[in-house]
Amino acid sequence: MDVFSDPLNRDVYITGFLWILKLTVAGGAGALVLGVLLAAMRVSPVPVLRGFGTAWVNIFRNTPLTLIIFFCYFGLFSTLGLSLADDIDLNNFWLGVIGVAVYTAAFVCEAIRSGINTVPPGQAEAARAIGMTFLQTLTIVILPQAGRAVIAPLGSILIALCKNTTIVGTIGLMESSSAMKQLINENGDNVIPIFLVFAGTFAIVLIPTGYAFGWLANRLAVKR
Amino acid sequence: MRITRLAATLGALTMALAVAACGGDDEGTGSGSSAKGIEGKAASGKLVIGVKADQPGLGLQTGSTYAGFDIEIGKIIAKGLGVPDSGIEWKTTVSSNREPYIQQGQVDLVVATYTINDERKKVVNFAGPYYKAGQDLLVPTASTITGPEALAGKRVCSVSGSTPAKRIQTDYKDAKLQQFDSYSKCVTALAGGQVDAVTTDDIILAGYAAQDQYAGKFKVVGKPFSEEPYGIGLKKDDSAGCNKINDILKAAATDGSYKKAWDDTLGKSGTPAPELDTAALSNCS
Repeated sequence: MDVFSDPLNRDVYITGFLWILKLTVAGGAGALVLGVLLAAMRVSPVPVLRGFGTAWVNIFRNTPLTLIIFFCYFGLFSTLGLSLADDIDLNNFWLGVIGVAVYTAAFVCEAIRSGINTVPPGQAEAARAIGMTFLQTLTIVILPQAGRAVIAPLGSILIALCKNTTIVGTIGLMESSSAMKQLINENGDNVIPIFLVFAGTFAIVLIPTGYAFGWLANRLAVKR
Repeated sequence: MRITRLAATLGALTMALAVAACGGDDEGTGSGSSAKGIEGKAASGKLVIGVKADQPGLGLQTGSTYAGFDIEIGKIIAKGLGVPDSGIEWKTTVSSNREPYIQQGQVDLVVATYTINDERKKVVNFAGPYYKAGQDLLVPTASTITGPEALAGKRVCSVSGSTPAKRIQTDYKDAKLQQFDSYSKCVTALAGGQVDAVTTDDIILAGYAAQDQYAGKFKVVGKPFSEEPYGIGLKKDDSAGCNKINDILKAAATDGSYKKAWDDTLGKSGTPAPELDTAALSNCS
């Protein structure tokens, strides 16, 4: 364990997980907003919107995240010139957030859509009967109940997202998996302890997250 | 109900055993090859050599065949140990799994741009060095960058977590470092103009500069600013094997096979073969 007593190495480790945390928060927020919008599109009465939502889900859910992230750098940035920040790291970070968010949004959309299916049709019919528009029905009646039904699956998606953010390392952000590679490269004599510390950190953070979502899901479930 | 439960228990047990068996398998090969060292393994007529698969000129995999200077060095050593080319199994290694592969016996030798340093010497025995590389810069032909001092404010690319990347971070703080997980991405970014230079060992850069699709576009600056002696990694306790490989390298330096290995691979770009410094072959422990 003396690898981590060196402050320089500890810095690499901490910076790595700070990037993971930032990617998870920013990517998760983006994915949630996008995912809810996509779910709304997929249940909307407008065929174009439905088609758009379906296409998005099918394209991004079935494309490897590595490719999406890779495209964000070499497609959006290199070829199309979309520069999000002057600082190299920040630019890579935001490109990574875009990639992670559009990918995860597909899963969030499907989770929410399954939640919508748990809301009895009578609710929507009643809302329409008292004269609510589609948007009102969706945002006031359906989505709040649907969201509460899918907290546990959303938790699983968040956990997957957190681990997926390590892929942003392929475009050069020094997140935890790149940080681990660096430490292993410099300390060839301590490969297994380094690996265990990095894997352990993920487990220590994510296991309680899983339980927290389970608890929340129970508390907020709509009792029928 | 009882039958279902029994079946489930049996199923779980089978899976657990299968996992355990996988683990046991690795251990088995490991202890088997370590017993007699590299010479004992060679006597069976087979060697597993770990090489890089993504470095043109050094170790490049095309389909199922490997080619490059490291590959030729591997063949020379195998021949010296009495193993024919057909008895060599090439195995792709990346920088971070070289030590574990050697320790677990997944490979017998590693010839993969493997810099000798003190941390690695604690767990691995190094024969060689068979080549002395140095960190350098690859820039577009028209670039005005003349050395690492000229990097201030420039975007320079290297592989994340590698020694060259670390050296830029600590010694040339004014440079902006872009990191990727492979040098080929760096070279793509250099071709696209997103970075101003790529940095790693000169010998690796030369290999990229000599690739057909980049011919005439890039140049290696030619001012190495570090020393990277490339060694051949093998098991820590195999001193006899290590000395034997050094003897093979010495013989290769005198009978011309070392020069031929160079001329057939990296030498194609016109760089004359380096002298193998036989006096420096003293890293065996």
